[in-house]
Amino acid sequence: MKAPEKEILGTKMNHRHRPKITALVVDDNMVVRAIHHRLLQDLGIENQVAVNGKEAVDVHSSGQYFDLILMDMDMPVMNGIEATRKLRAMGIRSTIAGISSRSLEREKQEFMEAGLDDYHEKPLTADKIVSILHKISNHSG
Amino acid sequence: MERNQQLRRQLASMRQSLFDQGHLDEQFILLEELQDDANPNFVEEVVTLHYRDSARLITTIERALEKSPLDFNKLDGYMHQFKGSSTSIGAKKVKAESTQFREYCEAGNGEGCMKTFQLLKRDYATLRRKLEAYFQLARQAGPNEIACRPK
Repeated sequence: MKAPEKEILGTKMNHRHRPKITALVVDDNMVVRAIHHRLLQDLGIENQVAVNGKEAVDVHSSGQYFDLILMDMDMPVMNGIEATRKLRAMGIRSTIAGISSRSLEREKQEFMEAGLDDYHEKPLTADKIVSILHKISNHSG
Repeated sequence: MERNQQLRRQLASMRQSLFDQGHLDEQFILLEELQDDANPNFVEEVVTLHYRDSARLITTIERALEKSPLDFNKLDGYMHQFKGSSTSIGAKKVKAESTQFREYCEAGNGEGCMKTFQLLKRDYATLRRKLEAYFQLARQAGPNEIACRPK
């Protein structure tokens, strides 16, 4: 994404002097976590990482809130489908986007039905994040 | 000055050959675009993380391939993780071989798995060697050269 597009994005996301967007990256792969963390950082999005679905649930149980959650599907301890269901059951209304290497429609459907707002195949790019972010800004009105 | 220019030309050539020979794809360029003054070594850091992650998985897969009978579900699971990490750094050939391996797992073809794994290990080692040489040269040439789009 070019610098002028990032600037336009930053202006759009922060219009009406809203606080910065926050995000949680949930993925068991350290390489993916590092890249997604940096992608979000480059877009001006404050973010934390979690190594599996349980950690994502625990961080919300401790009272933290994120505008956006990037949720991997296949993770040990607690996978993305289960974590998404739990978060929604807890009343978490954040935008949750499934980010997975799975490509079969039925796999995507199962993940969506768990409570996702969006789904993208890996690898994640800045353009994909921007399309997810537009959903946040549209939900906020 | 001239020596530095020569280094930079050599570096650009090394980089281009990694794409031309099919070792890397556009995902590597995305990593380069995330590198800036605040994160000057991002690409090398991510690639180093990948090699730490993938070396462990290769050992795990090797051990799993020694068992009899083969547990194709486990092998597929390990390779899914390996493929994810390889895809993230743009390792094109290795990614393709990972996909092939998983197809053999699905078919229950142990011989296919073993043959593909040997190819994968060869290309993995080749890419690792080339990238290590590339980053070593990049350090000599200076930080500005790494984020450079292919012609």
